[in-house]
Amino acid sequence: MSTLVDYDDAVARYDTVIGIEVHVELGTVTKMFDGAPAGFGEEPNTSVTPVSLGLPGSLPVVNGKAVEYAIRIGLALNCSIAETCRFARKNYFYPDVPKNFQTSQYDEPIAYEGWVDVELDDGSIFRVEIERAHMEEDAGKNTHIGGSDGRIHGAEYSLVDYNRAGIPLVEIVTKPITGAGARAPEVARAYVQTLRDLFRALEVSEARMERGNVRADVNVSIRPTPQSPLGTRTETKNVNSFRSVERAVRYEVSRQAGVLDDGIAIVQETRHWHEDTGTTAAGRVKSDAEDYRYFPEPDLVPIAPDRAWVEEIRASLPELPAARRRRLQGEWGYADAEMRDVVNAGAVELIETTIAAGASPAAARKWWMGELARTAKQQEVELAELPVTPTQIGQLQKLVDDGRINDKLARQVLEGVLAGEGDPETVLVARGLEVVSDDAPLLEAIDAALAAQPDIAEKIRSGNLGPVGAIIGAVMKATRGQADAGRVRELLLERIQG
Amino acid sequence: MSTLSRDEVARVAGLARIDLTPAELDRLAGELDVIVESVARVSEIATPDVPATSHPLPLTNVFRPDVLVEPVDRALVLASAPEHVDGKFAVPQILGEDA
Repeated sequence: MSTLVDYDDAVARYDTVIGIEVHVELGTVTKMFDGAPAGFGEEPNTSVTPVSLGLPGSLPVVNGKAVEYAIRIGLALNCSIAETCRFARKNYFYPDVPKNFQTSQYDEPIAYEGWVDVELDDGSIFRVEIERAHMEEDAGKNTHIGGSDGRIHGAEYSLVDYNRAGIPLVEIVTKPITGAGARAPEVARAYVQTLRDLFRALEVSEARMERGNVRADVNVSIRPTPQSPLGTRTETKNVNSFRSVERAVRYEVSRQAGVLDDGIAIVQETRHWHEDTGTTAAGRVKSDAEDYRYFPEPDLVPIAPDRAWVEEIRASLPELPAARRRRLQGEWGYADAEMRDVVNAGAVELIETTIAAGASPAAARKWWMGELARTAKQQEVELAELPVTPTQIGQLQKLVDDGRINDKLARQVLEGVLAGEGDPETVLVARGLEVVSDDAPLLEAIDAALAAQPDIAEKIRSGNLGPVGAIIGAVMKATRGQADAGRVRELLLERIQG
Repeated sequence: MSTLSRDEVARVAGLARIDLTPAELDRLAGELDVIVESVARVSEIATPDVPATSHPLPLTNVFRPDVLVEPVDRALVLASAPEHVDGKFAVPQILGEDA
């Protein structure tokens, strides 16, 4: 086996071309071709009808909502919507498809020839050309039982749950993505992320990666120069997180460079992604077995989306994520780099809701990109997963704005909120963190501090204000940080001058 | 007009998981050839101004609303399974491909 080539070395000598297929499960109530529930997490084989099970005599009928969602996706990806299109049977034998074929679209997809602009980490825009977006149905779920390592070889038997069989999918296929060079892994990741954001904005799917609502197959090939003909590609299946998409492309580039350096030809094959090791492993070699013998589905009539309907859907498209980001950045007055950090941290919605809860844009950003970002990083979770809501951050900031706590106390209150002690107000009361606004205890602490440091007191009295910080510090310490330092200074000066 | 070879029949049979004896292959290669040639004759008649037909009915856009129907009771679903475990269909081990 060839050795991996260091990534930087590989991209210095080879040009990378990628192609990505993304499957998204549509958030319809029912399945693509029958009225069975299209939900998630039900007991096995309880969301099925004769159609989902492919029972003889059962006939499919297209879910109109799924067609509408597919058109929404197509339009948002700047695709043309087919005047007429049809379904086809993709024939293969595997127990997750009870009919022995998957109903898909083959030569006539509902949407074709589009593009989407993808924003990279440095803010630059990379345009990805879309080949097609077509409708199909999901397969059931197999679980392999037995065998030494629980993986499929050596499995004694497999268990099949058909709840997922028939859930509507849209598959989006890019044209070969060239010109990304060394940034191909980043482009791949940003593209999948862009689609995920788009699906959510369009409200066509919950688009939760961890539930497999969005799944990516990543094609990678390399060639000596951008002018060379395309190299042989491999297809890494079911790469299901943004990070994995990036890692899978990177790994394949390093691996293929090693193979080519050894003078060996790349085998066109399906590869499997191993999350734990960050590597891909050879799967099936593309061969005759992949002759799916597509033919038009005789049980379904063609779909010819009425132009007026298409225009109605186009007019109803919501503001898309990129435009929304630009608008929010203007409203919030963030610099480009600040906005980019916010977007990359997945904090746009969090900050938007925090601002809606009353915080200023600057304060909202300070909390989410400062204290909370640090906490999330420490705990290795996403910002949105922290046990604090944007509304609570809004409440916390209001306590600061009202002068009831200072920044330092606010951080302690936040600590309490994160520890599950309740809303900011509750934590503040329970922990007794309110700023001391009554002058009497402050004066008491000032007198004590002056008495404890007579030499400093003397200097101040003689008009040298240099060391007032020492006294203020002592007062802050004595009040456990709950004093307003500005007020302490005022009182101290009055005390000395009076 | 090329004829359907015996090898092609064997390949298609393999894809369809149909086990054919050599004698059956010989016979079917001849019979299928007649069908393929007949269809080829039709495509000679069909000129570019005749649109391809994938469906005999002049219908498009037959949709159903996104409304739930009652799923089949699981006991009934599994009644047709030769074997089932934990509410799932149990099938012989699958080789070659991860799900």
